[in-house]
Amino acid sequence: MGMTITEKLLTAHSHAGPVAPGDLIQARIDLIMCHEVTTPPAIRMLKDHGMDKIFDPGKVVVMPDHFVPNKDIKSAELAKDLRQWVQDNGIEHYYELGRHGICHSLLPEQGHVVPGQTVIGSDSHTCTHGAFGTFAAGIGSTDLAAALYTGELWFKAPETIRVNLEGSLPAGVYSKDIVLELIRQIGVDGARYQALEYHGEALKELSMEARMTITNMAIEAGAKCAVMAADEVTLDYLEGRAKTTEWTIYTADDDARYARELTIDVSQLEPIVALPSLPSNGRTVASLAADEKEPVDQVYIGSCTNARIEDLRVAAQIMKGQKVKPGVRVIVVPSTSTAWKLAHDEGLFDIFYEAGCVISTPTCGACLGGHMGVLAEDEVCVSTTNRNFVGRMGHPGSRVYLVSPATAAATAIKGVLTDPRQYL
Amino acid sequence: MQGKAHLYPRDHINTDEIIPARYLIVHAEAELARHAMEDIDADFVNQVAKGDFIVAGGDFGCGSSREHAVWALRGAGIRAVLADSFARIFFRNAVNNGFYAIEIDGISDKVTNGDQLQLDPEKGVVQNITKGEEYRFSPFTDYFRDVITAGGLMKYLAAR
Ligand code: SF4
Repeated sequence: MGMTITEKLLTAHSHAGPVAPGDLIQARIDLIMCHEVTTPPAIRMLKDHGMDKIFDPGKVVVMPDHFVPNKDIKSAELAKDLRQWVQDNGIEHYYELGRHGICHSLLPEQGHVVPGQTVIGSDSHTCTHGAFGTFAAGIGSTDLAAALYTGELWFKAPETIRVNLEGSLPAGVYSKDIVLELIRQIGVDGARYQALEYHGEALKELSMEARMTITNMAIEAGAKCAVMAADEVTLDYLEGRAKTTEWTIYTADDDARYARELTIDVSQLEPIVALPSLPSNGRTVASLAADEKEPVDQVYIGSCTNARIEDLRVAAQIMKGQKVKPGVRVIVVPSTSTAWKLAHDEGLFDIFYEAGCVISTPTCGACLGGHMGVLAEDEVCVSTTNRNFVGRMGHPGSRVYLVSPATAAATAIKGVLTDPRQYL
Repeated sequence: MQGKAHLYPRDHINTDEIIPARYLIVHAEAELARHAMEDIDADFVNQVAKGDFIVAGGDFGCGSSREHAVWALRGAGIRAVLADSFARIFFRNAVNNGFYAIEIDGISDKVTNGDQLQLDPEKGVVQNITKGEEYRFSPFTDYFRDVITAGGLMKYLAAR
């Protein structure tokens, strides 16, 4: 019987025979991502159980990213614990401030992610890495500890939902709009326990950066993982950056079994906004009546979803020669040090500065209401991040709207939610 | 296992609500417990007695992978969460901590806040003592049961 990409990936990494949905398996892990929030508890667990050896330090990539530069004494202690553990275990792939970045942007950018891997990280958006044809899933701290020690982890093989992206994206509409539309259609638990497998002409046209925005938000549909078969775009991206040349490209069999199949004609899409407080509350920006557009206090262009160099270019293109609406704070946070440097060299910071934005070093920061842009009660933020749950970016009484970088930039200029196509 | 039900019948109660990110700078269970469910119900921690249950709607624990959500609830005294369904990372984290996350479709409609419940995970039964009702669920598979009874994945691995 035919297999989906996820079934093939899990089969290749388990001791059992062919893996079918529902099977409980132990999978070998190729790449483990660790950051400073969820790794210190795992370090403590390993110590408590006398398991002080990592199965293969070369497969572990570590970076502080959530609360850096350290926001307070307690977060400084977390980062310190992480750094000490890296030294004690001789972990080579460690990204200190200055070369750091948000985990899910940094790992692919630095060439750690290649097709055919199993990737885990103690962070729910680890599903991002499925854009490279990997099995990539977010897990908790205990899972992390177990995988660091044994090199394996238990998984229940998921069913797969096939998503066909057909047509061609119109100008002003981006991969963020595609994924917000998908989540609008299937809901925040529409793919619970399942894998999302992407196909279609529109997918082929998307860059790796744009693809990662889609796989990033698989967890917002409840999915275990998202996967896209590696193709020429993937191989081009890996050229000169992949840390290994050993990879395997898996494609879905024609007779693979899917739990469900759905098709989105992306040529019909418009810029979308997810209204508070669920990522599934999608509406086209154009459909919002004037009284549905509340004045915006903050625009946030950041996070592992949409703060790669392409995203910054899109936002800058719209803001060029424009001014931020008085009363609006605009925070631009490139997702990695490399993206920061590129944006700087390309003159994007001048554009953002002239428009009236503030620019920060890479950090998760305000995305999770951590620091560098936390919202007060009743404040409204239009954000390029992935979650708009109650209290996500600060006070439980604040409200977050999720959009593409283009819509965020247009909104910064007008001070209310704005369709970016008028600036193209 | 017997305790009082704390009912939150809504779907999609997410980990940002169970333990807001602003408290993730620590991972000591007792400290996290002080803020459990704070953004949904500021009085939650004062209402919970050791051994109580949370009863919730579907997709409980969706959102971030923070295991702090399980630790905060357990630290506050919660013995088990009984929900219509669970988000997958929360479910994993629960099993890995030897904490019961029990899926019973429709339970959030049947239980009233404050009901006395009794859980028998081996038999796959929840008794509602207040109402004289019984709710059944499929008992855990061998692997999950072994991990949970060992007290979590780390203890399970250490024992092998
Ligand atoms: S940017 Fe936001 S969503 Fe991404 S890893 Fe950081 S906190 Fe999580």
